Amino acid sequence: MSIWNSHFECMARDELKQLQLERLQATLNRVRRSVTFYRRLFDQVGLVPEEINSLEQLARIPFTSKTTLRQSYPYEMFAVPLREVVRLQCTSGTTGEPIVVGYTRNDLAHWTEASARILSAGGVTKDDVVQICFDYSLFGGGLGFHYGAELIGASVIPGSNLDPARQVVIARDYRTTALVATPGFGLRLTAAIRKKGLGPADIYLKRGLFTGEPFSEKTRKQIEDELNIKATDNYGLSEIVWPGVAGECEEKKGLHIFEDQFIPEIIDPETEEVLPLGEKGELVLTTITKEAFPLIRYRTGDITILDASLCKCGRTLIKMKKVAGRTDELVTIKGVRFFPSQIERIFSRIEKVEPHICVVIDRRDGEDIVEVLVEISEEIFFDEMKKLQELKSRGEREVYQDLGISVEVKLVEPDFFAREAMGRRLIDKRERK
Amino acid sequence: MLAIRNLRSYYGRMQALKGVSLHVEEGEVVSLIGANGAGKTTLLNSIVGLVSSLTGQILFFDTDIIKRNPRQIIRMGVSLVPEGRQLFAPLTVIENLILGAYQRYRKDKKSEIKSDLEKVFVLFPILKERKSQIAGTLSGGEQQMLAIGRSLMARPKLILMDEPSMGLAPLVTTQIFQIISELHKQGTTILLVEQNAEAALRISSRAYVIETGRVVLQGMSQELLHNQEVRRAYLGREYKEVWE
Repeated sequence: MSIWNSHFECMARDELKQLQLERLQATLNRVRRSVTFYRRLFDQVGLVPEEINSLEQLARIPFTSKTTLRQSYPYEMFAVPLREVVRLQCTSGTTGEPIVVGYTRNDLAHWTEASARILSAGGVTKDDVVQICFDYSLFGGGLGFHYGAELIGASVIPGSNLDPARQVVIARDYRTTALVATPGFGLRLTAAIRKKGLGPADIYLKRGLFTGEPFSEKTRKQIEDELNIKATDNYGLSEIVWPGVAGECEEKKGLHIFEDQFIPEIIDPETEEVLPLGEKGELVLTTITKEAFPLIRYRTGDITILDASLCKCGRTLIKMKKVAGRTDELVTIKGVRFFPSQIERIFSRIEKVEPHICVVIDRRDGEDIVEVLVEISEEIFFDEMKKLQELKSRGEREVYQDLGISVEVKLVEPDFFAREAMGRRLIDKRERK
Repeated sequence: MLAIRNLRSYYGRMQALKGVSLHVEEGEVVSLIGANGAGKTTLLNSIVGLVSSLTGQILFFDTDIIKRNPRQIIRMGVSLVPEGRQLFAPLTVIENLILGAYQRYRKDKKSEIKSDLEKVFVLFPILKERKSQIAGTLSGGEQQMLAIGRSLMARPKLILMDEPSMGLAPLVTTQIFQIISELHKQGTTILLVEQNAEAALRISSRAYVIETGRVVLQGMSQELLHNQEVRRAYLGREYKEVWE
């Protein structure tokens, strides 16, 4: 089990705190000087950056929201002139205006380093053949992993957006040992391998790194079992770096956040109070090494828990649990609040159901209707009607027992999610009406 | 080894440092760059106790030395090579060196001081040649070597160097920087303040950029050499490219 940068990843906590404070103060001084938004924001609340004398005082600074970033489209939030920017990427913009994110040469170096750390934590070495099944596009993923894997010295295959069938052929013929993809793509790949009449023995895969979508333990187990690999999770976001914020080590006990580059906090999304360590809430990140697009207390919208317990791998970095949902996915139905992920967990207990669900909320005759689309495996899709009916009513019953809401379960064919929902777990049709 | 947190220094009502935090690890050369009046010298003087109006923390091996006087601080193992050398001009080279060992002169054996003297002469053979010469008559480069040699005589754990290349010819500057990297190889820890940002960044592992009393950039020296802002402001590069 190798650690890419043991200096930063295994740093004594008090040294790390000193480093974070230094980097935070330098970042605050820079954004105050170079970003109009932050200058105004600090002036509004009467804050002088040099008053921030400790990491705890970070809580005095107001948050930066996604809305702010959208309003500053395209370059308003940049802290350096455009000619110092060597790369521009953006967020997908599926939920609104896209956000343009710039990187200086040093930003790219830090990003590449973070990506190398994630890959190393997942077990990738220079002897691996790494196949990257992320689109090499505006959204970061592919390029981020690519440079990291190259830095490690692995042989990198930019598989990009080729379909699963062709990826399988490449993986077999080029003897790919490490797969980098979304969990959903991992599942499609296993299906493609089966379809070709191949098994884990015919391919050389040893490990896989998955990100970009909710990644449940059930999915992990399924991918690990079917491909006979070790699967690790990692975390990032296009507004900061994706991948590159946190990565799971082979202990699989949570994702180590690269605290030398980011300061994490957990807040209550409603009251905006900082929560004590170990409580569940929204992840807030402050970038402390970024030059072109530094963000102070950025609300990620991702729900998680921080875990400061010591990891067996030797890293001293704090861990975050798998993302448990999104604040913008919090649904309120007749006074009951829940996350789609909670429904997902219920269905992951039920056999023969693929661990993929999508919650669709609609309003019919003034009443909110919750539909749960559940993907079922190929074998039972053409099964008897009776069995399908049983499955459906069991799901509805268990959701009612656990969450106290009535839902209507709809079974959908395999691949539906890859095609239609595209990783989304919640479609709220009420807002559009 | 050295960890500074939120250091604020005042000259009367004028605030020279506005909450500076930085650290130096054992065996590291860390450079501090910035324009004139940014607060670099004030920072070094604050560490050795020459600035009286201070708030914040200066931890040297986990001991806060902020309220200590210069003598105590030097005894703990911090040594300053001041800006403009500040030699005892009418005294000889060897007298200057022995004065460097002032605070341990009574405590330690004379033989130890003598052996340290020999070590300095190995590092600077020219000083041995001129050991009886009056310090004020040495050339600029030799004076700088003497100032460094004098600071070594205190057996410091950390050396603070303030503008060692100031006023020296380019060739001599190169020589001084060679000496600094030689000291680094021997495991000496150095916090270096330099106007010659490029040379400083090349021999240090990490650096801080100070602007009007605040740290605005910090990182690996190699990274800062690639930072356009540093190149423009302190390396005299790409001026044309940036502003046309």
